Amino acid sequence: MAVTKLFGAAIKRREDPRLITGRGNFTDHIRLPGTLVMAIKRSPHAHARIVRIDTSKARAMRGVVAVYTGQDLVDKLAPVPCAWLIPDSDLKLTPYRAVAVDKVRYVGDAVAVVVAEDRYVAQDAVEAIDVEYEVLPAVVDQEKAMEPGAPQLYDEIPNNLAFHWKLHVGDFDAVWNEAEVRLSRRLINHRLIPTAMEPRGALAAYNPGSGELTIWCTSQNPHVHRLLLSAVTGLPETRIRVIATDVGGGFGSKIPMYAGEMIAAAISRDLGRPIKWIETRQENYVATIHGRDHIQYVDIAARRDGTITGVRVRAYANMGAYLSTAAPGVPTWLFGLMLQGAYAIPVIHCDVYGVLTNTTPTDAYRGAGRPEATYLLERMIDILARELGMDPAEIRRKNFIPKDRFPYTTPTGLQYDSGDYEATLNRALELVDYANLRRQQAELRQQGRYIGIGFSTYVEVCGLAPSQAAGAMGFQGGLWESATVRVHPTGKVTVFTGSNPHGQGEETTFAQLVADELGVPFEDVEIIHGDTEMVPFGMGTYGSRSTAVGGAALVAACRKVKEKAQRIAAHLLEVSPEDLAFENGRFFVKGAPDRGMTFQEVALQAYLAWKLPRDIEPGLEATHFWDPVNNTFPFGCHICVVEVDPETGKVDFLKYVAVDDVGNVINPMIVDGQVHGGIAQGLAQAVYEYAAYDANGQLLSASLMDYAIPKASMLPSFTVDRTVTPTPVNPMGVKGAGETGTIASTPAVVNAVIDALAPFGIEHIDMPLTPERIWRAVRERSS
Amino acid sequence: MQITVTVNGVTYTHDVEPRLLLVHYLRDVLNLTGTHIGCDTSQCGACTVLLNGKAVKSCTLFAVQADGAEITTIEGLARDGQLHPVQEGFWEKHGLQCGYCTPGMIMTAVDFLQRNPNPTEEEIRHAIEGNLCRCTGYQNIVRAIQYAAEKMRSGS
Repeated sequence: MAVTKLFGAAIKRREDPRLITGRGNFTDHIRLPGTLVMAIKRSPHAHARIVRIDTSKARAMRGVVAVYTGQDLVDKLAPVPCAWLIPDSDLKLTPYRAVAVDKVRYVGDAVAVVVAEDRYVAQDAVEAIDVEYEVLPAVVDQEKAMEPGAPQLYDEIPNNLAFHWKLHVGDFDAVWNEAEVRLSRRLINHRLIPTAMEPRGALAAYNPGSGELTIWCTSQNPHVHRLLLSAVTGLPETRIRVIATDVGGGFGSKIPMYAGEMIAAAISRDLGRPIKWIETRQENYVATIHGRDHIQYVDIAARRDGTITGVRVRAYANMGAYLSTAAPGVPTWLFGLMLQGAYAIPVIHCDVYGVLTNTTPTDAYRGAGRPEATYLLERMIDILARELGMDPAEIRRKNFIPKDRFPYTTPTGLQYDSGDYEATLNRALELVDYANLRRQQAELRQQGRYIGIGFSTYVEVCGLAPSQAAGAMGFQGGLWESATVRVHPTGKVTVFTGSNPHGQGEETTFAQLVADELGVPFEDVEIIHGDTEMVPFGMGTYGSRSTAVGGAALVAACRKVKEKAQRIAAHLLEVSPEDLAFENGRFFVKGAPDRGMTFQEVALQAYLAWKLPRDIEPGLEATHFWDPVNNTFPFGCHICVVEVDPETGKVDFLKYVAVDDVGNVINPMIVDGQVHGGIAQGLAQAVYEYAAYDANGQLLSASLMDYAIPKASMLPSFTVDRTVTPTPVNPMGVKGAGETGTIASTPAVVNAVIDALAPFGIEHIDMPLTPERIWRAVRERSS
Repeated sequence: MQITVTVNGVTYTHDVEPRLLLVHYLRDVLNLTGTHIGCDTSQCGACTVLLNGKAVKSCTLFAVQADGAEITTIEGLARDGQLHPVQEGFWEKHGLQCGYCTPGMIMTAVDFLQRNPNPTEEEIRHAIEGNLCRCTGYQNIVRAIQYAAEKMRSGS
């Protein structure tokens, strides 16, 4: 039977039939008899001492089973640890209690918990809890938080400074002094809210008989959550099972360990009953991590010909009230290491101050550090181009790392695996018809219409690796991924992957890989993920790592299986293994193709074991833990074309072209989808979304009425295209595709708007570029 | 209060609290968990169902308001194992990623195409404004609805 190669085929997703018929398996869909509903009482104050909590009214309500304060849980839950302990940065840890004991530090901090027979009663009981606070002055701005006299979140952390991370490569002062052009700017990369459509939640079921805790929860990394749950509950990992099969989006927000999940686990253990907790959207906005929130001071040194000779950055990263699970690594390693971008910049100086404030903790949100670096560079290179009277495309071309220099070692110590940056620029210029577009822009300006063309030529780092590097960076985990490939006696295959896709479609792409490797029908391959009892161990899905790392693990496991199958086939066909060829799912003797066995026949023999020699074990399965030798570095060029109405400040999207290079592509339909969604989120940062706090630490954008995630009518259609530069890092030559769009698009959009406004002498406006901000900028310059 | 509703062709009678939201009735009482909850301010549309043929956000109605009504949820859309053209369009055109907004998005599209069988892209984008998707950037959702529109037109 001929099997067509599936690598590269736009196969429809096998996830979809259950999801389009309402049969998904999301956390809130799981029903267990005897379940109690949990609800959390949260602080309305950004900074306050808890004086007294009166739970008596709540306890007396019909249907309320128990009420817990922070004090009640002190012995049941250890403080939440931080898992990215960046070295050489004077890191001050902020271990915190899932439910506050003495002090609350942001609006949304948990202060008490109710469990009840019914969700409505639980909510009523939360309202009935009376908390007396001594309100303290709050600070929300990271620069203000470092000033003398600012409110202090922790007695033991002076100036609210959680860390100061440095990366100084080369002599910046020297290049600055020698520079023909010097630019200094302050840029704000504002705070965003991830807003996965499925809120977070958990169903925790402790079995007092066996001492086992099963918890269904909204997790991008179930094994990591098992490890952390073990740390906070004291239950051994062997007694905890975490299940997260269908997860409704994450974008980084379902990586960390949070209060809700661990409280549900502790209370289930305490009461011996299943506990379900599902957050409301408002809770999601105040108590699930936020992203970005940098204030950056940037100095660029350059020559008159446009060559950039050095970049110096001082960034103030708002960490929020606690250091979330991976938070310290985001504004440091994931930001600082990428400050040369796609350019041959020899000198990089970076200082990052991680500052604690009375706001929701920040952590990895889609792109995580890389959008902050890319925006900074791509914005500054445009400002430099204008200063020098250069075309923004040409100044980029001038500074690109040339394609003959790969693998390229950056001054920050990364090794860019492969690249041809100019090819993506050229293709994108062709797709927008650049020369024509510039002519059109000039003509329209004569008529008082303002179109702008914005570029972003980015490179990003994903599929983070290897584990040794993780250790050097202080990440408290490995960066490998596992896969087990189990071939059944009938030749059908079950794959257990440590990746945990939640929208990225790996149930499909992984099956494509396995079908190709083993020469079995696509339908015969089952992909299992998201259950710690089934998968050996997994690091999970984030940082665009699933296919590059998790996919590589399963290809490696398939090859182990194939190697054993070949030995079995050789024995049965009475030849030596090297005399066999494997094609289309069949082993055969080279030169005698009639003498052969199908993969399925070999699988059966592996299990029957009647004819196996003593040195071959029965059965046919293999596990591989793949630890890549390097990260992968996708790149590309995005060009955005807008028209701005200076009278109203409104931005219309005329065209958006994305030419990305993510290496080889397994399923182009799925990769296109990832790019679309990524662009949508990055574009939204540029013009719509903004997590706004008032000076007292109230989140003003705490609902979907106030936080502007884009609707269908607010986005254009995107033209996506690709170049293909495979990576040598994994056997498939694939890079990551989950975050490129988000990383690339924000500066492309802002650069387009600013380009449109050039005739008004506007050089920069901080995001989001709302009509009001644009209108004000135009008015300021016109008056 | 006692209510009688017909959901996906089956008639149910239940005593419900007056404040019980329709979405909680569908999910918690009838165990029809295909109707999702994504917000608390009626913005996201994940809970959209058809009430007497019209798309409504089931988080914005009390169960008692549905007394006597006919409701179709995502579970009732496919007939005799045959996907509805809108469901088919979402599968064909990769109109979903995580799938959480999808049931509501599909129900809105079904209602919309009944009223406008030959919509422009702009009309589609306007029609689904009450349904938020965070994964797709909407481009393939638009294509999915266009696919369904074409299929439904050629089928009638």
